[in-house]
Amino acid sequence: MLAFVIRRILQSVAVMVAVAFIAFLMFRFVGDPVNQMVGIDTPAEEVARLRQSLGLNDPTPVQFANFIWKAMHFDFGMSYQFRLPVTQLLAERAPATLELAFTAAGFALLVGVIMGVYCALRRDSILAKTFQAVSLVGVSLPTFLIGILLIYLFAVILGWLPSNGRGDVVKFGNWWTTGFLTKSGLRALVLPAITLGLFQMTLIMRLVRAEMMEVMRTDYIKFARARGLRTRSIHFGHALKNTLIPVITIAGLQLGSIIAFAIITETVFNWPGMGLLFLKAVQNVDIPIMAAYLMLIGLLFVTINLIVDLTYGFVDPRLRVAMRA
Amino acid sequence: MFMKRYGLAAFAAIALSSVSAQAVTLRYANQGDLKSLDPYTLNETTTLAHHGHVYEGLTSRGKDLKIGPGLAESWEVKEGGKKWLFKLRKNVKFHNGEDFTADDVIFSADRVRMPGSNFNTRVPKDAKFTKIDSHTIEVELASPNPIMIAQWDTWYIVSKKWAEANNSAAPTPASATTPSYISLNSNGTGPFKIESHQPGVKTVFKPNPAYWGKKEHNLDEIVFTPIPNDATRVAALLSGEVDVIEPVPIQDIARVNSSDKAKVLAGPELRTIFLGFDQIRDELLESNVKGKNPFKDVKVRQAFNMAIDKETIKARVMRGLSTPSPLMIAPELVPFAKDFKNPKFDADAAKKLLAEAGYPNGFEVGMDCPNDRYVNDGPICQAVVGMLARIGVKVNLNAQPKAQYFAKVLKPGGYKTSFYLLGWTPGTFDSHNVLYDIHGCRGEGTSRGESNLGGYCSKAVDALTDKILVEADTAKRDAMIKEAYTITTNEFAYVPLHQQALAWGIAKNVTLTQRADNQVLLYWATKK
Repeated sequence: MLAFVIRRILQSVAVMVAVAFIAFLMFRFVGDPVNQMVGIDTPAEEVARLRQSLGLNDPTPVQFANFIWKAMHFDFGMSYQFRLPVTQLLAERAPATLELAFTAAGFALLVGVIMGVYCALRRDSILAKTFQAVSLVGVSLPTFLIGILLIYLFAVILGWLPSNGRGDVVKFGNWWTTGFLTKSGLRALVLPAITLGLFQMTLIMRLVRAEMMEVMRTDYIKFARARGLRTRSIHFGHALKNTLIPVITIAGLQLGSIIAFAIITETVFNWPGMGLLFLKAVQNVDIPIMAAYLMLIGLLFVTINLIVDLTYGFVDPRLRVAMRA
Repeated sequence: MFMKRYGLAAFAAIALSSVSAQAVTLRYANQGDLKSLDPYTLNETTTLAHHGHVYEGLTSRGKDLKIGPGLAESWEVKEGGKKWLFKLRKNVKFHNGEDFTADDVIFSADRVRMPGSNFNTRVPKDAKFTKIDSHTIEVELASPNPIMIAQWDTWYIVSKKWAEANNSAAPTPASATTPSYISLNSNGTGPFKIESHQPGVKTVFKPNPAYWGKKEHNLDEIVFTPIPNDATRVAALLSGEVDVIEPVPIQDIARVNSSDKAKVLAGPELRTIFLGFDQIRDELLESNVKGKNPFKDVKVRQAFNMAIDKETIKARVMRGLSTPSPLMIAPELVPFAKDFKNPKFDADAAKKLLAEAGYPNGFEVGMDCPNDRYVNDGPICQAVVGMLARIGVKVNLNAQPKAQYFAKVLKPGGYKTSFYLLGWTPGTFDSHNVLYDIHGCRGEGTSRGESNLGGYCSKAVDALTDKILVEADTAKRDAMIKEAYTITTNEFAYVPLHQQALAWGIAKNVTLTQRADNQVLLYWATKK
């Protein structure tokens, strides 16, 4: 068991080094950071001095070794654009992204399960068919288009909700800021959370519907019916409970991608999170931010997968046998 | 009686709330960030404009870009621009209450020329600053420079005491490992002070009650948010969540104007967009012509000038929002602009010229173009490709983001381009900059012609440029500038295309002065 855990952790480390290497190689092709830091009429000698002081003239292996060494100490250097430590910038932006991601995931889970259950139980009703059709739209339309459509409908035409930003935030401790406690913060959260969660919502709805229909055909449901239990308790006490196990696994795995793919939603809604920071960093060739963000997302996925793998081992006895081998 | 008192209280409450509702907040969104608050970190228009609310220079530029007094009340030019005497304004206070004195100017002059500053060229390297008394300064130069103060409106004066006390005596270098105090805090003499600043998220400005100058705005607060996404920025304006945006994308101008909440403020910008040729290499890097460089032949350059239809680019690509230009400088900046005419568009004559030059069937050439730097830069290049195809020149367009584009074509990348599109605004608003930087002969050990990517070279123009720098007599100087432009135009050094237009979106209840250098200056804004 311990050997298995160690092996999995070593594999995760290998993945992280690979992520770092690929990210580092990519930076050689995104363009020249120095040109983004100076005006066009800056003298060339000044540009050369800047390049030297940033260590851009060192050989590539040296730059990579420096990068890895510093990354191991959670030091990603200073952002070229802001002249502030990257870790501080990311930490300031993280609450915005996390609040958005968890709200979106919560929305997807809640609405997805309710719609899924409804579709499974009232398969032939008009509403269920509408849900099905809407879910197709959710799966097939790209996020930025949904975001822009929502902005035009609810912000520009109806004027009900804000089109961009995070509203007023309240500060907690040193780093954390929350938009949950102000009216404008909550209003600002609605459209981006729906946009970000829509795809997951339709996914969960379809999953719940399929699982639930499957469960409803099993013997123990028939048996429960025969015993004369009330429909409500059969549906929600027995059937739904068994449906939710795969749903929770999927939702957990999807949380990583919600955080990672918040980039697009954050751009459309000008949400001041890590994704927006990353996108602007790409445009301005701000390599320290790009590197740190890619490493962070890599770490997130590796951690989530590691946890899932390990819990499977605890849950499923068959895997435990395999682990011993 | 009770009711009366109650009613009175309610009335008072309403009156109070209406007072607070009258506090005027102007919300402003730009596609760019305000990155560092250190005024010597980034020499870029949007940043300069932001800092200009907080800091001031010795000179200022008015709504028409004319140089006027700033922190210096007046100045005298002696010995043809070799010695300058500045009388500083008295009773000016920094936001923290300190007095503004000659020491601050001398400190700022040193600081702006240190490594890490992006503004080294604002103050000549050899300029010696001497304090005569607490509000008089003498500047001595090695050689006369009549346009020394042309860019001093954006050389912002920093408080010596404050900067030194907060460990910010030197500009934050790009390779710094700890953030400096001055990149997150500010202390200027300007009409606004910064109340809070979250880099890349939000910056709040409040008026400076102790400002020495005339107040030309009615604002109680400016809230700035960067919104890089075009669609989001326009939506924020149309939904009334922001009052001013810059820029409005060309394709959205009609939509903004047709809304009942906002309108577009458009006007000519000073930036000239042009095409350049590699005329220095003996063989082009990207061409099927081997052993010689077709762009060395003035006839080929003339043919390109005649084959490109600037009016069509204006009508089709720029949707009317450009001023086709025969000159490499905006017409507002030279008195003789109307003496220069655009070459007549004539594809047949251009083809004939190419045949005379020895290319009856045209030739093939690579073209570099940014696609996220200037207004519709990518589409302009595509239009040029189509127009040149009509005279038999096959252009292989390589349009890429500015990060890659500039890395390839500028000096550090080795000028690796054969034919390119670039935009240029003379920082000094003066022709000397245009003639020196983009027309000067390139050479080792000189900064002349550093942005002359194609390597155009004319000894006659260089000689004139040197004389223009030291000539103090305006009429003589203008005559020499005109002579220089006549040479470069006759030699078809470049293909000037147009000056692009500025497009700001403003809410209908806001009035704002638009300055042609694209600085959004909200101290000239009023909101009803």
